[in-house]
Amino acid sequence: MAGADVKPAAAEGGAAAPEAADEAPKKPVDPDFEPEIIVFACHYCAYAAADLAGSMRLQYPSNIRMIKLPCTGKLEVIHLLRAIEAGADGVYAAGCMEGECHYLKGNLWARKRVDHVKDLLTELGIEPERVEMYNMSSAMGARFAEVATEFTERMKQLGPSPVKRQGVSPHAAAREALGGVAMPDEAHPAAAATVEEGHAE
Amino acid sequence: MITAERKPFDEIVALVGDKKKVLVAGCDTCVAICLTGGEKEAEILASELRIKAQQEGREVEVEHTAAIRQCEWEYLDMIADTVEAADVVLSMACGIGIQSMAEKFAPKLVMPAVNTNMLGMPQEHAVWLERCVACGECRIGTTGGICPVVRCSKSLMNGPCGGSHDGLCEVTTPEKEDIECAWALIWERLKAQGREELMFMERPPKDWSKSSSGGPRKMVREEAKPV
Repeated sequence: MAGADVKPAAAEGGAAAPEAADEAPKKPVDPDFEPEIIVFACHYCAYAAADLAGSMRLQYPSNIRMIKLPCTGKLEVIHLLRAIEAGADGVYAAGCMEGECHYLKGNLWARKRVDHVKDLLTELGIEPERVEMYNMSSAMGARFAEVATEFTERMKQLGPSPVKRQGVSPHAAAREALGGVAMPDEAHPAAAATVEEGHAE
Repeated sequence: MITAERKPFDEIVALVGDKKKVLVAGCDTCVAICLTGGEKEAEILASELRIKAQQEGREVEVEHTAAIRQCEWEYLDMIADTVEAADVVLSMACGIGIQSMAEKFAPKLVMPAVNTNMLGMPQEHAVWLERCVACGECRIGTTGGICPVVRCSKSLMNGPCGGSHDGLCEVTTPEKEDIECAWALIWERLKAQGREELMFMERPPKDWSKSSSGGPRKMVREEAKPV
């Protein structure tokens, strides 16, 4: 399964690309294409890892837009779909390491929901690789940057989403769908700045 | 409860056809409990239909709503305006709800987005098992509270048959794994109740005219009718 390679052993410094990216049909890559990627990040791990990546001055693509959640278990199928519907080229959830969820199984639920969205996208004729689930701890700043880079590369290979729509922000649409569930970025000033500036290369 | 499964997406798309204003109507009772056709699932299907339309460059307006129960006139009244505004309604309720909607808002086009499949119980979270076929003549008083009509593959009234092995039905296949033999279950239950003799009683054939074979059924409770 795509994303299953995100295990502790493959974590910090692991360079293995997800299988799905290898299997994706090779299309000519448009060098000017900058994918828009929505990241649903758990407050306890991925969001803190992003913060750490910022503190470590690690570089990762500015294509990702983060939404902080109290736990990826709060993520529902419709939240991922709304981001896709609004034209996001890719969407991924980043939760705690399996077995390390602060709410016990939130990250396992999130993986199941992401897998379900993959099925729905397949049904719609859209590449299921456009959604993914990753696991990381708050100490994995390097892994956060690596995942962001890897997923952005995958989206560049896939090309723009077939549901590209003008004038709608996938980030805003996903936030709206989440309602009060999404946590404000302001609560984490350093990480918020990381997202805004994106540490673009 | 009544359980249903969503139809394949392509079938739903074909039912919608080229209609411009689509309403996906969930039902927040049985089909919501079986995670198939509640408001959440209606919203997901609506989103999928919008994505599909965008992909194909079609201008389609897809909204979603949900009735507390689609099988009661009063609850349909509550969503009447939304329904009237649509060209086609995709109902995610059970067959009863879909027909109530079609009747209430006739000649509005009301299409089924689900296949109603059984009267089942949740054995565990997200797993449902068939427990009743609404046959109209309940006999489980003498079978230890286990229905042979629905749980025996042959609906035998005097079982078990020769296909019962180690408590499992011979119909068991990789696709239909572990079908328990209803009559083995009945025997164990009757033993536990100390009523083994009931296993050997002769059960007359059922009167299937009380089931759907007898034509559409109707129930009237005169004492409860409004005065």
